[in-house]
Amino acid sequence: MAISININGEQRDVDAEPGTPLLWVIRDELKLAGTKFGCGVASCGACTVHLNGEPVRSCQTYIEDVEDAEITTIEKMAEDRVGAAVQQAWLELDVVQCGYCQSGQIMSAVGLLRENAKPTAEDVDEYMYGNACRCATYQRIRAGVLRAAEILEA
Amino acid sequence: MTTQLSRRGFLKTAAAAGAVLYVGVQADGAMAASKSANALLNPFVKIDSDGNVIAIVKHFEMGQGPATGLTTLVAEELGVSMDQISYEFAPSDASVYNNLLFGPFQGTGGSTAMANSWMQYRTAGANAREMLIKAAARDWGIDAAELDIQNGQIIGAGNAAPLGEFVTAAADFAPSETPRLRDPSEWKIIGKASTRRKDSPIKINGEAKFAMDVQLDNQMVVMIKRTPQRGGTVASFDDSAAREVKGFIMAQTLPTNHGVAVYAETTWAAMQARNALNVDWDLSAAENRSSQDIRDEIMAALDADPVFNVNQADLASVRSTVDGAAKVVEKTFYFPLLAHAPMEPLNCTIEQTEEGDIVLHDGAQMPTGPHMAYQQIFGLPADKIHINTMLAGGSFGRRATPDADYQVEAGLAFVMTDRSRPVKLVWDREDDIRGGYYRPAFGHKVRVGLDEAGTIVGWEHQVAGQSIMKGTSFEGFAVRDGIDHSSVEGIADSPYTIPGQALGLTDTEKATSVLWWRSVGHTHTAYVMEVMMDLAARAAGKDPVEFRLAYLTGEGDAERKAGALKLAAEKAGWGNAAPGRVQGIAVHKSFGSYVAEVVELSGNLDDGIVIEKVTAAVDCGIAVNPDVIKAQIEGGIAYGIGHAMRDQITLDGGAVEQSNFPDYEPLRISDIKEIETHIVASAEAPTGIGEPGTPPSAPALANAIAQLDVVVAELPMAENGVSFA
Ligand code: FES
Ligand code: FES
Repeated sequence: MAISININGEQRDVDAEPGTPLLWVIRDELKLAGTKFGCGVASCGACTVHLNGEPVRSCQTYIEDVEDAEITTIEKMAEDRVGAAVQQAWLELDVVQCGYCQSGQIMSAVGLLRENAKPTAEDVDEYMYGNACRCATYQRIRAGVLRAAEILEA
Repeated sequence: MTTQLSRRGFLKTAAAAGAVLYVGVQADGAMAASKSANALLNPFVKIDSDGNVIAIVKHFEMGQGPATGLTTLVAEELGVSMDQISYEFAPSDASVYNNLLFGPFQGTGGSTAMANSWMQYRTAGANAREMLIKAAARDWGIDAAELDIQNGQIIGAGNAAPLGEFVTAAADFAPSETPRLRDPSEWKIIGKASTRRKDSPIKINGEAKFAMDVQLDNQMVVMIKRTPQRGGTVASFDDSAAREVKGFIMAQTLPTNHGVAVYAETTWAAMQARNALNVDWDLSAAENRSSQDIRDEIMAALDADPVFNVNQADLASVRSTVDGAAKVVEKTFYFPLLAHAPMEPLNCTIEQTEEGDIVLHDGAQMPTGPHMAYQQIFGLPADKIHINTMLAGGSFGRRATPDADYQVEAGLAFVMTDRSRPVKLVWDREDDIRGGYYRPAFGHKVRVGLDEAGTIVGWEHQVAGQSIMKGTSFEGFAVRDGIDHSSVEGIADSPYTIPGQALGLTDTEKATSVLWWRSVGHTHTAYVMEVMMDLAARAAGKDPVEFRLAYLTGEGDAERKAGALKLAAEKAGWGNAAPGRVQGIAVHKSFGSYVAEVVELSGNLDDGIVIEKVTAAVDCGIAVNPDVIKAQIEGGIAYGIGHAMRDQITLDGGAVEQSNFPDYEPLRISDIKEIETHIVASAEAPTGIGEPGTPPSAPALANAIAQLDVVVAELPMAENGVSFA
């Protein structure tokens, strides 16, 4: 089935059956490999993308439900004011280890900071709960979100 | 290590094309020079005439930091800044890129990346520097001793030039077996906390390419429907429903008969087609025991005399000493199977070139394993097989199996095709959790006798569990006199001097495939040693830190372990927990490094406890990249604590009961509020850092929980009387 979706500011035609998770359209069809597969059941957050600016798990978002939405992936975050601040904080603190979860972490962190410009450590823990990091970079993720808030305030 | 280095010798050459200076070892150890790059000239350092310096990193990057660490060594010796150097992963060639601690085998593991590369990569960088300087000195007509390279510039005696200018000329000079290594006082990068990871920039914007991200033209995706019980085989399968899935290509039984390979155009199609496949399994010879059976076998072994007397102690005399002691502390421990669950599910992609060579794209932890396996599968000589090592999304040991399990699967799946299309093997999370290769279940039974003064007089220690090394290609190297050292490491070689210790080991029957898991045997031995030390201290009425120090009185090993212990206690404010909080401590040596950790808790057993803070002190020799070390300690602590809190793999009739993160719950961000790491200053050669943070973490947590009057001797804690808020 041909579907047209809006992703990273471009209108793209994709061929996908209804019921196909957005994740696999993004990765296999559009070859945007920054969005990762970790669990497929909305329990790790590696696949997080933005739908109209809000984080969603793309492994549990179906292609037929996103036709009218604006989809944004990690590849576009450097152009986003909040995204760039989060990325800067991530570099300052060397948050990443293996890095596999970090696209999803950053997409969620941006979602949090858009909603709450001055989060506390508890706010971060609550919001980021669903983003698993098997390398357990959590300490730096927490510090990174707080640092990004500072960067945005400056 | 040094001897191996000098035996191999260093060589140099200039590549004909593009004036590239390579500095590396030659396979046969001879010091040869050549003007053209050929198979023998696999380098550690590559410099082109534009001055671009590239460190060739022989250890794969799973997050533990060698892309930064090994690059640091080259940059420091050569005299370039970290911004003036990049890195590439080495090809698979064990004659050049072997792990110096593994023999003729290329691979990463045992926290050895820095330890075995420390002299090798510094020597390579220093040789490049000396050859460039000699070329400049000749050109400028001055003594080479007057020159140095700083920030990529060859400078001295009033001259200065970018190093790229002398790359071609440098190849005229012979490399040295013993180039001058920079004195620590000259170091500008080693030991500097401000050094950033080389792989950070590509990991924050989606640019980093993991093996899972390989997309070759015309590739097929293959997923395997595997036997639900180890040892089961395919009786027959029906793919009529799978054929209805758009993108399905074919289904074929693997030559091993352990599963059916489902080929499709895309990952999603492969997932759906595999779901739709019906397989009739022959489980007559399959493993059908349950976790309870495994536990019963281990417990029975602990109650019998051990098969192996590991430290050749007089067991009867130790027993009678303990029996007759003023106080006896006794505990039996049990540790369940654990999965590694790296964030990136296992995968790799295989293709055949026009010349008939085989290329594997893989987050390859031990390239030599699949390299040898593929020689057999494809009937090709070693030089027709190539491995492109990609970034790995974690491993914790899982990507390094002695039988190269998933790479072999991919090879077999590829062999069954006409090889005209690349084949990408993908595991999903369910495959990962259920796909075998677990930290083995282990039991320990310990009886410690104390005299009236509270001094240990006897320590009877029995260990039982499934050997990791026996029956694998690592057996010859890791098993001595029948004893798999990895089952007792951390006890047999503990820096504690414990009087009257008897250590026994019994191997239990193979129940599932088992594998090293971040810190291997130390995952359970450290827990037992450190919980027992605390129980003994309590029975003796002594402070746990003071009590331990009494058994760490020697020099070297004991002194360094004591040093880490004291630093952690001091930094954590040991004995001065905030009101409403309790502390627990543990210290352990593993992989040459000494780590002590203090866990501070709030809450109580009724409402749940909260891990407020973990304070760690680590002595891993010279701290090459202090911030990478801290990150590894943070991650290592959390990995140990997360699994101890709530994870286990259980078998029901031979089948794994867990399937994905909802029932193999990862540590989450809110589980540990803060981790603080301190590094012991040291001039010793660097030792391991990827694993040593893990062993003391769970026992430190257990010792803190013990302050609330529950001694957790079976894991996971959440199933054994502890609730977490
Ligand atoms: S892959 Fe979507 S949440 Fe894990
Ligand atoms: S950085 Fe490895 S999983 Fe998060």
